[in-house]
Amino acid sequence: MKFSTFIYSIKQGVINIGRNKMFSLASIATMAACIFLFGIFYSVVSNFNSMVTNVEKGVAVTVFFKEGISDEEIDAIGAAIRMRPEVKDCIFKSADEAWEEYKKIYFEGSEELAEGFADDNPLKDDASYEIYLNDVSMQKVLVTYLENLEGIRTVNQSEVVANTLTDFNKLISYISIAIILILLCVAIFLINNTVTVGISVRKDEIGIMKFIGATDFFVRAPFVVEGILIGFVGASIPLIILYFMYSRIIVYIAEKFNFLSGLLTFIPVETVFTTLVPVALLLGVGIGFIGSFATTRKHLKV
Amino acid sequence: MIQLENVSKAYVEGIPALDDVSLSIEDGEFVFIVGDSGSGKSTLIKLLMKELEPSEGTITVNDRDISTITHKNIPYFRREIGVVFQDFRLLKDRNVYENVAFAMRVVGESNRNIRKRVPVMLSLVGLAAKYKSFPKQLSGGEQQRVAIARALVNNPGILLADEPTGNLDNNNAWEIMKLLEEINARGTTVVVVTHNMEIVRAMNKRVITIQKGNLVGDAGGEVLS
Repeated sequence: MKFSTFIYSIKQGVINIGRNKMFSLASIATMAACIFLFGIFYSVVSNFNSMVTNVEKGVAVTVFFKEGISDEEIDAIGAAIRMRPEVKDCIFKSADEAWEEYKKIYFEGSEELAEGFADDNPLKDDASYEIYLNDVSMQKVLVTYLENLEGIRTVNQSEVVANTLTDFNKLISYISIAIILILLCVAIFLINNTVTVGISVRKDEIGIMKFIGATDFFVRAPFVVEGILIGFVGASIPLIILYFMYSRIIVYIAEKFNFLSGLLTFIPVETVFTTLVPVALLLGVGIGFIGSFATTRKHLKV
Repeated sequence: MIQLENVSKAYVEGIPALDDVSLSIEDGEFVFIVGDSGSGKSTLIKLLMKELEPSEGTITVNDRDISTITHKNIPYFRREIGVVFQDFRLLKDRNVYENVAFAMRVVGESNRNIRKRVPVMLSLVGLAAKYKSFPKQLSGGEQQRVAIARALVNNPGILLADEPTGNLDNNNAWEIMKLLEEINARGTTVVVVTHNMEIVRAMNKRVITIQKGNLVGDAGGEVLS
């Protein structure tokens, strides 16, 4: 493409928006609303995911060994567990450590009762491995493996927590995809309308272009530029608004629900926007491009 | 050179708009195509512009069978032909200069070339002083001159004029014809479709007559007078 054609197409794209003010503004506003909703949704989902990940970190599977097992056999089981891809961390807890912990929790303030056991550890067969997972959804696979492992007596797991978190993550993903698809369709439909009006307004000019010898690209380019510009502006406005809104809202929520401060850990605005800005801009520009390209293809028959 | 060999075109099967037409127009010729309304004159222009495909026969323009031109290459083919219409088809929101420059922008000419070439074309058609005027500020004859300047600004070898004087009074019609003759004298092949027999007789050029889709006459202007 020649530089003069490039400049001409951009200029004409801007002029198209000006000629078509009402429709262009309507498209920009709807695109902005779509991207705004997307931005809010993305912020909520990423914060929720971050909170879920924090909860997941605390979910562990505990394995206890059969009576009379040797230290070498325990080490071998530990090595086998650590080899598993779903395992993030595997911590050995000896029978003495288990008893110390138990005493701390259940004999607090009545330590003399625990003294009655003297050197006779009632949990002497309760050495264990605490296993933390990379992803809670993989818990079932790991538990099946552990139950079939030689030397293992019991596998303790929190199946309900794991299943709930996995199901919730799936639900959030499905809702995200559905909402994004609906927003995409609405935005494409609007761009389509704006460009169709632009084409009908410039029907004569397009006819003249064609008999003068304009290429398909030359005829289409201003409309595609128009779509891309609408997409870009429509994505930029909500991003700016969201940037200022986000910080204020997380401060407000943290103050209002400070009793949940342990659970409500928000991602900083910079972290959210590192992904949100390119994704939203790409979405806006992409929708603008696809919407206008498809419309010109349909209506211009060039 | 333009050559039609046994060209037929039917919009509805069995009713030909053009029926088995064969003709040849040499480079640098000035030719009138005459005939009543609905005789097939405009169909002929559309076929030459590759706006329509013939139902039968072969059309050759500048030694190339135009049926072999792909959709992608049609714009490049059209740049070899300038076209002028009865209704001028100017861009109403642009001035005279911009209307002519538009044809050069469409083919990707640089701004530098546009600035050089457009004033030359406007001088040729006698509108150099009115380059800032908008179409509605011009007379019919002046608007047609702008259309001619736009058709010629990219130096096509052929100029097709479809009823160029149809919307003009006698004086303006004569001025446009003189301009077309001048353009022809500079080497451009000029094909004018018209039903103004007074002008055709007076111009004394080759005349191709089409009636009901058939070529019924091909003679010098003096034959008609």
